[in-house]
Amino acid sequence: MLRFFLNKLLLIVPTLIGITIVAFAFVRLLPGDPILLLAGERGVTPERYQKLLMQFGFDRPIWEQYFQYVLGLLQGDFGISISTKREVISEFLARFPATVELSFFAIIFATVVGIPAGIISAVKRGSTVDQTVMGLALTGYSMPIFWWGLLLIIFFSGMLHWTPVSGRIDLLYFFPSVTGFMTVDALLSGQKGAFGSAMSHLTLPAIVLGTIPLAVIARQTRSAMLEVLGEDYVRTARAKGLSSLRVVGLHALRNALIPVITTIGLQVGVLMAGAILTETIFSWPGIGKWMIDSISRRDYPVVQGGLVLVSIIVMMVNLFVDVLYGLINPRIRHQ
Amino acid sequence: MRLMTSLLAATALVSALSGAAYAKTLVYCSEGSPEGFDPAPYTAGTTFDASGRTIYNRLTEFEHGKTSVVPGLAESWDISEDGLEYTFHLRPGVKFQTTDFFTPTRDMNADDVIFSFTRQGDETSPWYQYTPGISWEYYNGMSMPDLIKEMVKVDDLTVKFVLNRPEAPMIANLAMDFASIMSKEYADKLEAEGKMELLNQQPVGTGPYTFVAYQQDAVIRYKANPDYWAGKQAIDDLVFAITTDAAVRRQKLEAGECHIMPYPAPADVEALKGNSNLVVGEKEGLNVGYLAYNTQQAPFDKAEVRTALNMAIDKQAIIDAVFQGSGQIAKNPIPPTMWSYNDAVEDDAYDPEAAKAMLAEAGVADLSMKIWAMPVQRPYNPNARRMAELMQADLAKIGVTVEIVSYEWGEYLDRSKASDRDGAVLLGWTGDNGDPDNFLAVLLGCDGIGGSNRAQWCDPEFEDLIQKAKVVSDPAERTALYEAAQVEFKKEAPWLTIAHSKVFMPMSTKVKGFVMDPLGYHRFDDVDIEE
Amino acid sequence: MTDTSPAGTTPKVDKQVSTPDERTKNAAADVSREVGYAPTTRLEMALELWHYFRQNQGAMLGLAVFGAIVTVAVFAGVFAPYPPNEQYRDALLAPPMWQEGGSLSFILGTDAVGRDILSRLIHGARYSLFIGIIVVMISLVSGIFVGLVAGYFRGWVDTLIMRVMDVILAFPSLLLALVLVAILGPSLMNAMIAIAIVYQPHFARLTRAAVMSEYNRDYVTSARLAGAGHLRLMFLTILPNCLAPLIVQGTLSFSNAILDIAALGFLGMGAQPPTPEWGTMLAEAREFILRAWWVVTFPGLAILITVLAINLMGDGMRDALDPKLKKS
Repeated sequence: MLRFFLNKLLLIVPTLIGITIVAFAFVRLLPGDPILLLAGERGVTPERYQKLLMQFGFDRPIWEQYFQYVLGLLQGDFGISISTKREVISEFLARFPATVELSFFAIIFATVVGIPAGIISAVKRGSTVDQTVMGLALTGYSMPIFWWGLLLIIFFSGMLHWTPVSGRIDLLYFFPSVTGFMTVDALLSGQKGAFGSAMSHLTLPAIVLGTIPLAVIARQTRSAMLEVLGEDYVRTARAKGLSSLRVVGLHALRNALIPVITTIGLQVGVLMAGAILTETIFSWPGIGKWMIDSISRRDYPVVQGGLVLVSIIVMMVNLFVDVLYGLINPRIRHQ
Repeated sequence: MRLMTSLLAATALVSALSGAAYAKTLVYCSEGSPEGFDPAPYTAGTTFDASGRTIYNRLTEFEHGKTSVVPGLAESWDISEDGLEYTFHLRPGVKFQTTDFFTPTRDMNADDVIFSFTRQGDETSPWYQYTPGISWEYYNGMSMPDLIKEMVKVDDLTVKFVLNRPEAPMIANLAMDFASIMSKEYADKLEAEGKMELLNQQPVGTGPYTFVAYQQDAVIRYKANPDYWAGKQAIDDLVFAITTDAAVRRQKLEAGECHIMPYPAPADVEALKGNSNLVVGEKEGLNVGYLAYNTQQAPFDKAEVRTALNMAIDKQAIIDAVFQGSGQIAKNPIPPTMWSYNDAVEDDAYDPEAAKAMLAEAGVADLSMKIWAMPVQRPYNPNARRMAELMQADLAKIGVTVEIVSYEWGEYLDRSKASDRDGAVLLGWTGDNGDPDNFLAVLLGCDGIGGSNRAQWCDPEFEDLIQKAKVVSDPAERTALYEAAQVEFKKEAPWLTIAHSKVFMPMSTKVKGFVMDPLGYHRFDDVDIEE
Repeated sequence: MTDTSPAGTTPKVDKQVSTPDERTKNAAADVSREVGYAPTTRLEMALELWHYFRQNQGAMLGLAVFGAIVTVAVFAGVFAPYPPNEQYRDALLAPPMWQEGGSLSFILGTDAVGRDILSRLIHGARYSLFIGIIVVMISLVSGIFVGLVAGYFRGWVDTLIMRVMDVILAFPSLLLALVLVAILGPSLMNAMIAIAIVYQPHFARLTRAAVMSEYNRDYVTSARLAGAGHLRLMFLTILPNCLAPLIVQGTLSFSNAILDIAALGFLGMGAQPPTPEWGTMLAEAREFILRAWWVVTFPGLAILITVLAINLMGDGMRDALDPKLKKS
C-alpha cells in the first residue's frame, strides 16, 4: 500500500514542476507592464521605474527569476500582490474557506439528491420516472451554470424575495471569524438566526455550483446500480426471495457506491471551474472571484500564485481519491 | 436571591438588546475591496474611502463638499515670506482611537506627524519597507522627496516643514490621503511586538470612525469614534458592504440591504431617479477627458489648425452617445467644481463649415491624421473607441481622414508620451488634491513634455502664469493667474477639451446630510440616518 | 433516458458517465475489440451504427433539434426578421410579444439598445456552431497528431508528451482558458484557441491509448513487414481504426466548447460586443436581470437547448458504439 502511495506521489513531481513553469511563463507572457499599469495616467519617472523594477525583481534574467520563484515556493513564499502589497498566500488563505464552504455544500447537495435519484432510476429502469430523472440529469449536465444562477436570482430573490441577492450572511450579524466558514462561525457565535441567515445566503450558490456534479452523480449511480443489480449474487439474493428493498439497500448499494465515490472526488476540478462563475454571479468572496479580479488587474504574482495553489489542491484531492479507491478496491492497487 | 440575580440578568439582557436596536447603522454598498488600511502606499479611491477618510485625519482637510482646504489636526499654520517654511500649530487634546488591539496613553503630538512622513521618505526607517513590496506612490508622485528638506519638532504641538523650493499647493497636498497622521505610539508597539504588517490591517487613527473588523472582500465595520475631536458622529455603526457588481449594488439598494451606493450603471440612473424611496445625488467628477494634439507635429503646430479641428467635432453627440447623459461638455482643462474655473471662457462653437474654411485658409488640404483610442474604460471616458469613431465621422465631413489606433493600456500610456508621437491622443486626468496646479502644471507645463504633457505643448505665456501661481500663496492672486491661463489655453487650443464625467450617488431618502464630494471621495462624517 | 440492458459479463466498473475521457476510452476498447472479431467494411459499420442510433428516441430528438438549429444558422439571413446589430431607438427593452407592452414586430422583445433579440439569437447560432466546429477541429487534429506520435514512438517522446498533457490537465480548464485569453487578448478567435488547447490533451490521450492497443495487431505487423514507412503506418494503417472513440469525444467537446466559450463571453473574455454570441449577450444583459427577464432568459435557453441536443446525440452515439447494447 505504501509503495502504491509513494508511486502516485512520485508521479506528481514532474507535473508539479510543469505547473510552476507554465504558471511562471504565462505570467511573463501577459501583455502589459504591471508598473506602468499601476501608475496609470500619473506615470512614473524613469528613476522610480528602475527602482520599482528592482523591487519587484523584474530586472533580473528570466531563468534567475524562475529559480528565485521556485525557491520561494518551496519556502511557502508565493510572492506579494502588486495591488494590495500583501502576501499572496495570506490573501489566498483569507478567501479559501469561502470557496471550500461553498463547494462543500454544493457537493452535499449533489450527493444527497443525486444518489437517491440514480438509485430510483436504476430500480425503476425503463419507467417514466427513470426517463424523467435521466432527462433532467442530462439537462443539468448541459446547463450553462452562469445563466442558471441568474435565473434563480430572478425567481427566488427578485420575484419571491426568499433569498438574499448576494453576500455570505446578513449584515445584522456580526461575530469574529474563527474558522472562516460562515456557517460554523455563526453556530459558534451563538447568535440567534445567524446560522439560518448564513444558510439562506448559501442556498442558491450551492445549488448552482452543485448542478453539474448532481447530474454526473445521478447518471453514475444509475449505471453502477444497474451493473451491480445484474451480478450473480444479487440475482441469487433476489431468487432467495429477499425483499427488493433489502437487496437494493444492503447488497447492491454498497458495491455500487465505490465508483460513485470516485466520481464525487473527481468533481473537484469541475467545482473549481464552476466556482469562478458562481462566485462572480453571487459576489461570493472566494478564490474564483479573486482570480478573475486579479487577471483583469494584471496582478502578476496573484495570478501566478493562484494558478499554482489551485492546481496543487486539485491534484492533491485527486491523489487522495486515487489512494482511497486503492484502499477500497485492492484490484486497482496491483495493476 | 437567585430569582433576583436572574431577574437582573434578564433586565440587563433586555436593555442590551434594545440598546442594540437603537444603534443607528448606515450601510454603504461600496464598489470594491480596499487594498489595505494604510492609505499612504495606495492610489485607489476605494482604499481612501475605507481608510483615509473614515479612520484618519490630516494636518489640513478638504472642506466637506468643496475643494478648498480647512484646518484639520493643525489648528493653524504660518508660511514664511520666502514660502520655504511652513509652521503648523497642532490641535491640542486630540485622541487616537481606542480599539480592541490598542489603547493610546497620550494625545496626538508632533512625533506622530513627523513619523507619518519620515516612514515614507526615510529609507533608513524600519517602516520604509514594513511589509515586503510596499512603496509610497503618492509621496513620490507629489515630489515630496525633493520638496521636503527637513521636518522639525519645535515643541510637542508645533511642527515646521522646511522646503527646498516654494510650492503653493503644499497645503492642499497635505490634505491628501498619503499625508494621514498615524499614531507613532501604536507603530512603536507593533514594532516591539514584531507585527509591523498589522499597521495595514488593524488601523488606528484620529478620524470620525473607529475600525472594528474587516472580512475579506465582504464587509468592513466601523463604529463612531466617541473621542472624535470634532464631536461624536450621529450614526453609531458604519458598514461597508463590498459589492463589486453595479447591478447587484442596485438590487441591494432597492431591497433595502444598503442605504447608499456609488457608481450606478449609467443605464440605471433614470430608473433609480423614478424610485420614490431613493434620491440620486449628482455631481461633476473632478476630471477631464481630452484629445491632445501633438503640437510639435506639422500641421498641428499651428493653433488655427487645432482650433479648426476642434470646431469640426460635435461634442454634444459624444456626450449623448458615449457618456449617455453621465457627462457634460468641457470647455476648460479644469473641471467646473474646481476653484478658479473660468466660466467666462467661450468654447469653440461646433461649425463644420467655418472649420473647413479655416483649414483652407491655413493652407491645409487632404489632411489625414491618427487618433489614438485607449483600450480601457476610464472615469473620464467610458468608451474611447466609440468616441474616436464619432470623431472620425465628424472630421470626414470637413475632408480630414482619420485612422484610429490603439495599444494595450500600459503601452498606450508609455508610447503616447513620446514627443515625436504621430497623431492626437485621447486621454484624461482625475484630480488628486483639488488644486488647479495639479491639472494645469502637470498636464500642460513645459516640464511635462515627453511625459504627462501629451500635447507636447510649451507656451511661454501660459508657462509664466502657472509658474507664478505656484509660488504665490494668496488664494485671490492665484485665482486670477489661473483664470488668465485658461484664456491662453483656449486661444492656443493644444487640446480638444471633451468632457467632464458626472457622478451619481443613489441613496435611501432616510440618509441625511450626505454631501457629494467634488474630489470623488465618499465621506460619511456628518451623515445621519432616520430610523 | 436510454434503456440500458442488464449488464454484460465484464466485471469492470462501467465508467459510462464519470468523465468524458473515460467514457470514450471504454468505447475505444470495445470498438477495437469489435473490429478485431468481425472485420466488416466501414460502410457496413456506419449503417450498423445508424441502425442502433435510430432506435434511441432521445438521440433522434437531439438530432432533429440540432438539424433545426443548423438550418436556422445556415439561413440566418432568411430567418432573422432584422439585422442582428440594428438598433431601434424607439423600442428599448421592449418585452416579448405575449407580454403586456409587447408587439408582433419584436417576437422575443428587444435589448437595452433596441436590438431584436430573436434576430440576435438566430445569428448567434452561427457563432455557437462555428465555435464548436473550430474548437473540435483544432483540438482533434492537434490531439491526434500528438497522440499518434506518442503512442507510435513510445519511449521518451511518449513520456515527455504525456507529462506535458498531464500539466495541462492539472489546471482547472476554465481557469487555464481564462489566463490564456488574458495573454492572447480577449477576442472570439483567441477564446477558441484557448479552449482548444485545454481540450487537446483529451484527444491526445485517447489516440495514444487506441494506437497502443492497435500497434501489435496482425494487420499492423503485416503492413510493417510489407515495408510501410512510419508516416504511412501512423496515418493510413493505424489511425482509421482508432476513430470511433474520437468521434464520441468530438461530440462531447463540441457541446462543452459551446458552454465554455459562452462562459468566457459571459466573463468578458470571449467574443466582444456587439457580436451576438450568446454568452456575450448574457454578459451585456446582466444588469437588467430584475427589470427585463427576457434579455437574460432567451440567450441562456438557446445555449441550453443546443448543448442538450448535442449531448443527446452524443449519448446515442456512445450507446450505439457500445457492443454490450448490441448483443441485447
